[in-house]
Amino acid sequence: MERERSFPKSVLVLGSGALKIGEAGEFDYSGSQALKALREEGIRTVLINPNIATIQTSEGMADEVYLLPITPQFVEDVIKREKIDGILLSFGGQTALNCGLELYDSGVLSKYGVRVLGTPIEAIRDTEDRDLFKKRLGEIGVRVAKSRACRSPEEVREAAGDIGYPVMLRGAFALGGLGSAIVESESELNDIIGVIFSMVPQVLVEESLKGFKEIEYEVVIDRHGNGITVCNMENMDPIGIHTGESIVVAPSQTLNNYEYHMLREIALRTIRHLGIVGECNIQYALDPNSDDYRVIEVNARLSRSSALASKATGYPLAYVAAKLALGFSLTDLPNKITQKTKAFFEPALDYCVVKVPRWDLEKFAKVEKTIGSSMKSVGEVMAIGRDFLSALQKALRMIGVGVEGLTVRLWSMWTSERLSQMQVLIESLR
Amino acid sequence: MKRRARLVLEDGSIYEGVSFGFDTNSDGEVVFNTGMTGYVETLTDPSYRGQILVLTYPLIGNYGVPRETLHSGLPHPYESPAMQIQGLVVSRYEDSYSHFAAEKSLGEWLIESRTPAIMNVDTRSLTKRIRERGTMRGRVVVDGVSVQKESVDMSRVVSIVSAKGIYRYSAPTPSGKRIMLVDCGVKHNIIRSLLNRGVDIIRVPYDFDFGSEDMDADGILISNGPGDPKDLKGIVRNIQLTIKKKKPLMGICLGHQLIALAADGDTYKMRYGHRSQNQPVKSLIENVSFITSQNHGYAVRRDRIPPGFMEWFVNVNDGTNEGIRHKNLPVISTQFHPEAFPGPTEAGILFDEFLDLL
Repeated sequence: MERERSFPKSVLVLGSGALKIGEAGEFDYSGSQALKALREEGIRTVLINPNIATIQTSEGMADEVYLLPITPQFVEDVIKREKIDGILLSFGGQTALNCGLELYDSGVLSKYGVRVLGTPIEAIRDTEDRDLFKKRLGEIGVRVAKSRACRSPEEVREAAGDIGYPVMLRGAFALGGLGSAIVESESELNDIIGVIFSMVPQVLVEESLKGFKEIEYEVVIDRHGNGITVCNMENMDPIGIHTGESIVVAPSQTLNNYEYHMLREIALRTIRHLGIVGECNIQYALDPNSDDYRVIEVNARLSRSSALASKATGYPLAYVAAKLALGFSLTDLPNKITQKTKAFFEPALDYCVVKVPRWDLEKFAKVEKTIGSSMKSVGEVMAIGRDFLSALQKALRMIGVGVEGLTVRLWSMWTSERLSQMQVLIESLR
Repeated sequence: MKRRARLVLEDGSIYEGVSFGFDTNSDGEVVFNTGMTGYVETLTDPSYRGQILVLTYPLIGNYGVPRETLHSGLPHPYESPAMQIQGLVVSRYEDSYSHFAAEKSLGEWLIESRTPAIMNVDTRSLTKRIRERGTMRGRVVVDGVSVQKESVDMSRVVSIVSAKGIYRYSAPTPSGKRIMLVDCGVKHNIIRSLLNRGVDIIRVPYDFDFGSEDMDADGILISNGPGDPKDLKGIVRNIQLTIKKKKPLMGICLGHQLIALAADGDTYKMRYGHRSQNQPVKSLIENVSFITSQNHGYAVRRDRIPPGFMEWFVNVNDGTNEGIRHKNLPVISTQFHPEAFPGPTEAGILFDEFLDLL
């Protein structure tokens, strides 16, 4: 098979890290797949991962395993010691990606001659930095949510007027949604703006996308620009609810052909423009009353959604992404499922996949028992069915809280305004 | 009360279900499409004329059927003025649709179009059977119904779907270029794709003698359409004259097959064809690949690429021919649908490639 340059000799994979809410076992799967893909090419693999309870740290997965934290200092030590000449950053979630950016910025990677495989650092940076991201997508006429950072109530009023009500206010440098609110009018804004500035030094004014559908596409692209969307997904809960808290359905259920392929085309155009090589995820807000859309974000790495998409379609996303990082092209790589065709294809499902999150809130005293913009679920269940209802029923049963499925009693609650509050829903069944 | 209905195949197998369209019996060739969206576009694609269509994606009807809105005199997002299929077979049908653009359910539209449809069919086993045995004829039978939908004579199907007169379309922002579009059952989005690129169109019927009278068009495009290309000897002769005149020429789907036949290539009937939105094709000339929308049961023989032509695209899955282009004349031709609708849109750049030849 054709490839661009010679392979690196020793490749370091930044692993999944500790298991905690929001950073879960998906990355164990993606790292394991990457290790497998590298070893098949005879490349020596080194893994850093402090989490001993993972598949990827098992014997036979990597040539060398370091049970160390994924921080620049430890990673640098390993690079030096193992004479690493290639590194994979996108298989260990956000922690690994951030660590990679730091190593690049501090000159560690160039000092030891380590090549970043797959998506170049510049492209990662464009997706991580909000202003760069807006600028890059603006270059190709792709819409992102209008937003402006403000340091005073006057600036906020002006920005809200320019963007148009309702607007979303977000406190900068704040965790847990502190200082965020949706305001419908200037008088509402005047009521709360003083309070917000007493808590945070800077406020981000964004156009409100409340009620927009949340749609994601998983994109795979090689160094030639050959690109596919392996799967799209639709969140049952609209924008504002974290994907990790939402029931997610694949493929999308409420998009017509025009919308589906409009978003697919924008996904490929955006990812090519950013220069990503390998796998990534693009998230949209889609107006339920028109074909207006906004790109919310691009994750230039394997993500929670890519793990779901991979299992939902059978397309080995992480494995293929690792091969593409080595310079292979999609039209050369074999399709691991059929063994006859190539990795350059888009699965056509004849079934429906439903993911339902699993919460464990009893363990946390005083935690708010509604879902929102931060992730509180600790796991998830994926079910496959020949239709949406059977997949949903299976998923609800398998979530392990003693629910039979969606029963009449559950349905009546569902159709009330508590529509998206699965936690309330499931607890009510006990 | 919904009536029971069944699909009876030529090989004697029977698939039971429930009627959700017009209660009529109907005959046709049974084919399957694997697209996950786009039933409105698919059902109005004239290339499906005479066929009973099985959708492998199991949830159909969710977004209803949209209001018709006219763009350049063409109803959007319909691919022709009417539903084209002989019958529809699905797994799960959703009657209570949800979409801002919808004005009726798929069931209501099928009834208006006097087209039968069966739901609750095990479409997975049906599709497997068609893949094993190849495309078969079949019959939709609705319990207690004696009405019969008129069957389609496939040897003259193009004369049924082709426009009867000559139509002219003006581009919203004209570039001064003009194309004669030979309508063998053209999908509207071919017309839209050209108009959006500033090209004026003269749409002529399939039996128009474009080889001798091209009305000073800058190029000729032979459209998609249903049936066997070998039944269309008249178009083949006109293509030969067009090539002889060195006139820019493009073919899509059936048009591609006709260009191959005109240039002394050959076509054959495929086992079960390509009907989907995920066909990967690769150029043998440039370093490009596309995921494409396709709908064809016949193909151009790879071992009979016409003299003077190069093989341009091949299918990455099964290696069948997907396009040819002439070595020195302005003639290009693809088996897949650059106009998409339904399906992925990236191959649309082939229209630009054609316009560059004008």
